[in-house]
Amino acid sequence: MRITCPFCGERELGEFTYLGDAKPVRPAPGASQDEVYDYVYLRDNVAGAMEENWYHGGGCRAWLRVTRNTLTHEISSVEPAAGAGARQVVK
Amino acid sequence: MKYSIFSLARAALSGHKTWQRTWRDATPKDRYDVVIIGGGGHGLATAWFLASEFGIKNVAVLEKGWIGSGNAGRNTTIIRSNYGLPGNTGFYELSMKLWERMEQDLNYNAMVSQRGVINLYHSDAQRDAYARRGNTMRINGIDAELLDLAAVKKMIPFLNFDNARFPVQGGLLQRRGGTARHDAVVWGYAHAASELGVDIIQNCEVTGFVRDANGKVTGVETSRGRIGAGKVGMAVAGSSSRVAAMAGLRLPIESHVLQAFVSEAIKPLIPGVMTFGAGHFYVSQSDKGGLVFGGDIDGYNSYAQRGNMPVMEDVCEGGMALMPMIGRVRLLRQWGGIMDMSMDGSPIIDKTPIDGLYLNAGWCYGGFKATPGSGFVFAHLLARDEAHKEAARFRLDRFRTGAVIDEKGQGAQPNLH
Repeated sequence: MRITCPFCGERELGEFTYLGDAKPVRPAPGASQDEVYDYVYLRDNVAGAMEENWYHGGGCRAWLRVTRNTLTHEISSVEPAAGAGARQVVK
Repeated sequence: MKYSIFSLARAALSGHKTWQRTWRDATPKDRYDVVIIGGGGHGLATAWFLASEFGIKNVAVLEKGWIGSGNAGRNTTIIRSNYGLPGNTGFYELSMKLWERMEQDLNYNAMVSQRGVINLYHSDAQRDAYARRGNTMRINGIDAELLDLAAVKKMIPFLNFDNARFPVQGGLLQRRGGTARHDAVVWGYAHAASELGVDIIQNCEVTGFVRDANGKVTGVETSRGRIGAGKVGMAVAGSSSRVAAMAGLRLPIESHVLQAFVSEAIKPLIPGVMTFGAGHFYVSQSDKGGLVFGGDIDGYNSYAQRGNMPVMEDVCEGGMALMPMIGRVRLLRQWGGIMDMSMDGSPIIDKTPIDGLYLNAGWCYGGFKATPGSGFVFAHLLARDEAHKEAARFRLDRFRTGAVIDEKGQGAQPNLH
């Protein structure tokens, strides 16, 4: 698996770190226990095309939004996603 | 048929032409008391324990491909019970005790070999953590020995003890740990379950659940037609989320790929199972002579049953750090299996919120050693509608209540367990 970084070009997988499914969004501070439980623990665990966040730590250190098929590892798009990682952990 | 020295002699005298099928390849009936989805080790063990221990013999095991074609045939065959957290310690020891009597119970040679499992430590802090885990095991009646450097040198003298970054200081040894022949475990359970009347149905993919007006699961839709069931148990680790989604459930699980490796065969070298404590590398030597080893999961969600180069490199680096002399041994085969990575690294064996549907999932990459224990406690749950005491903490709702069992202390990040 190689990822074509929009800033650095095609690079090998070892340069990237995986954060995971880009869909979960951290709930607001006043959210219910159910919403927090859902965000922290439950996953769609998609079998097929999934949008996910990757970090190019071995290159430009940018966050990327990668659309990848979990059944085949085929990558259909890679887009810059500045702050994507931070948005998943800090509201 | 019963296997013994006499059956072997009889078959030998007739040129081995009289052997019968080890188990019956059944066609589905309209209805069973219990339907198990998943013909891997766990599903087949569950069926056998239902029939042999709990008196429920009208049981079917449905398998999408052929039995043992998933993770039961893709692991590194290690068995051990060296866990430190309440919930895990007792459960894995229950499983170990069942490994010790499995071949007699099943009348099948599963090549269970208690050749010992040693976890090496490389720092004072790691020694203390291993001492604590060893003590936890011993006060629970499990064998554990903390070896110092001299004892490890005597046992496995070929290690690179003086690695400047990761000097070996000693190890935690469980002599009762070891390996078992993974395919024979599958065939053994299939053999014994089939003898008791369990229907093993291959090439039968579950495509949906049949529900009554109250939402209770009363059967499954399959590629071979509708099959009614009093209760349905899922034992499909790797695909748990996909099967559960057919019943409208979302699980605290991500599917990840774990690679394993076998080298070309070499003369007997490694006496038992060894793990490198400064990275993630574990190795044993098969009876055929190949080094069987593995390390971390790849770290990204995958259902593809194949991995990538960075982890392969990392695993081989771990091996080289420990045993530089294997550098010229060639890699023979490499493969990947799909792990049900749960959010705390521990399994889930519980009823689901849906009446009639039971879940056995989340085995991360520790499922093989759990095979007999998992089958026993899941059969207990299915037969009696209550958790076995050694599996009572593997609840589905523990993520909601906070009673997680996080052996590695990594938090809710499944790719780190």
